Amino acid sequence: MRIQKAFGTIPIVSGQVDIDDVLSGGEMQKDDFEPASTSEKENFLEERPSLSYWQDAWRRLKRNRVAMVSLFIIIIICLFAFVGPFFREADYTTQMRGKENLPPSWEYPFGTDNIGRDLLVRTMFGTRVSLIVGISASLIVLVIGSLYGAISGYLGGRVDMVMMRIVDLIYAIPDVLVVLLLTTVLKAPLQDWFNNSSSGLVKSLAVLGPSLISIFIAFGLLYWVSMARIIRGQVLMLKQQEYITASKALGASGARIIRRHLLPNCIGQIIVTTCLQIPSAIFLESFLSFLGVGVSAPLTSLGSMASDALGGMYTYTYRLLIPATILSVMILSLNLFGDGLRDALDPRLKK
Amino acid sequence: MLKFIAKRIAQAILVIFFITCITFLLMNLVPGGPFLSEKSPSPEVLAAMETKYGLDKPLPVQLKNYIVNFIKGDLGVSYKMQKNRPVMTIIKDMFPVSAKIGSIALLLAVLFGVPMGCIAAYNRGKFIDSFLRVVMTLGVSIPGFVVATSLLILFGSVLKLLPTIGLTSWKNYIMPCFTLAFNPMCYIGRLARSSMLDVINQDYIRTARAKGVKTTSIIFKHALRNAFIPVLTYLGPLTAGILTGGFVVESVFNIPGLGRYFVQSILNRDYPLIMGTTIFLATFIVVMTLIVDILYKAVDPRIDLTKGGSN
Repeated sequence: MRIQKAFGTIPIVSGQVDIDDVLSGGEMQKDDFEPASTSEKENFLEERPSLSYWQDAWRRLKRNRVAMVSLFIIIIICLFAFVGPFFREADYTTQMRGKENLPPSWEYPFGTDNIGRDLLVRTMFGTRVSLIVGISASLIVLVIGSLYGAISGYLGGRVDMVMMRIVDLIYAIPDVLVVLLLTTVLKAPLQDWFNNSSSGLVKSLAVLGPSLISIFIAFGLLYWVSMARIIRGQVLMLKQQEYITASKALGASGARIIRRHLLPNCIGQIIVTTCLQIPSAIFLESFLSFLGVGVSAPLTSLGSMASDALGGMYTYTYRLLIPATILSVMILSLNLFGDGLRDALDPRLKK
Repeated sequence: MLKFIAKRIAQAILVIFFITCITFLLMNLVPGGPFLSEKSPSPEVLAAMETKYGLDKPLPVQLKNYIVNFIKGDLGVSYKMQKNRPVMTIIKDMFPVSAKIGSIALLLAVLFGVPMGCIAAYNRGKFIDSFLRVVMTLGVSIPGFVVATSLLILFGSVLKLLPTIGLTSWKNYIMPCFTLAFNPMCYIGRLARSSMLDVINQDYIRTARAKGVKTTSIIFKHALRNAFIPVLTYLGPLTAGILTGGFVVESVFNIPGLGRYFVQSILNRDYPLIMGTTIFLATFIVVMTLIVDILYKAVDPRIDLTKGGSN
């Protein structure tokens, strides 16, 4: 308090006090050491309202033009996928007799396919499937990876070592091969399970089809490791902080510390990693669908639409180009937005 | 160093063992076994076939037999695609084609990716940097099949410059190799750019510049060596990426390599072939990663050799 008062006589440039001015500014008055008055304190402390972490991040994100354009494109694609089908009469399975193989027209902007299905609606549903796969797979990665990483980092020592060796092991497994294997092999047993079981949960899973479930299983098994590593690194750093010690001294349990203190402090990293996981999941799903082991008919995804169009790619080029373009633009904008988000949430990483 | 290598080799063996077990168990999940999907044979024939392929023994024994045979280089025989032909022979026939295209793509990716990243880093903030960054981000975002089909349409159908099918002349290699290389090239470019940026701000680069060393000499002699290290670590996953990318590229361009064959065997549900190829490719990838890891630690003396694996 007294020091603040002492600074009062010295011209403060841009809120910073130059130590030389304090030392050489020499003449101290007697009232320099009086307590500061309320108005003086207010004057000194705050000129602008302070920004929360999120406001600050949002401000940085808004300034990033590339990220904002990507966000805009992502929103448009989401509207296209989730709201678009309401404006079309046909469903993605509706076959219109006598309207097979129509070229793009005003009525059917993307044309129709060889059994008379409206390709615009199919593209909308395909985009929807791709987005849903991306988001759900990332959520699986988020839950498993962050919990695993936090527990490993918090417990430390031998437990950490064993848990991280397991991560190393999984990291070394060629993921695409295992995913391909899983989707091929699990298809039949899952289909059996869907047909024989009557519970509501299974019924809702059956809508997704065995291939999508296998993709999710693969993500749950293999893809959480990089998330776990990032969170572990962060937790190792955070758990040395005083507030964790204080919390321990107050008798908080490990689970509570992880839940209340460690994970919330990793939130930036968690969001960024999850966000960047979405495009890679979409990428993988389209890869599998293109090879013919992805979503099962009549459901469609952008990858399987491109795969369907491969047969007539020289005569019906647009059928291939449309899903391919939407897919690429979607992955690109998600990647760019993820990069922007990382710069905004964690400016230290900016390159 | 020896301790590290021993540890890494042990880990690699563990991973291969793990993958073999997963593959084997998954294949046994398939209901009805591999023979049921054909025109259902009589029970006697079925029993005879199961005895022939050793499928009547308990699961752990089967697994043990499979692993022993795998070590001997025997991966069983194909049930469907090429009936009764050993999987290993099929792999020996097909893999060289994939390996040839893959290694050309790998070279392309490194030879173009690293300079791309360095140029971007050296011109940081200028137009060329932004341009290359856009290209590189595009490159990591566009799926391989999009690149492959776009090239086919553009150069094969519209411009009619390059042949679309077969592997008869060097021209046939251009599109597949470029498609395979494009994605890793851009990824390497991004890696090289960020590590180059780290390196050129270091003191020893400033010292070199102060001594009056030429710019080219600084880049090639001082900076590139250190900037190359992160790229080296990526070579393991890169091999995996190029091999699996081969599935799509070989299917689109109709190249008779192992990748296309693997996809066909999946679609045809030729389980021993799927199993054999998976284990073969996985082993190949794990061994490549192992070699790269050891090389990497040997090249960069700053890395602590006593701590294997992460970080």
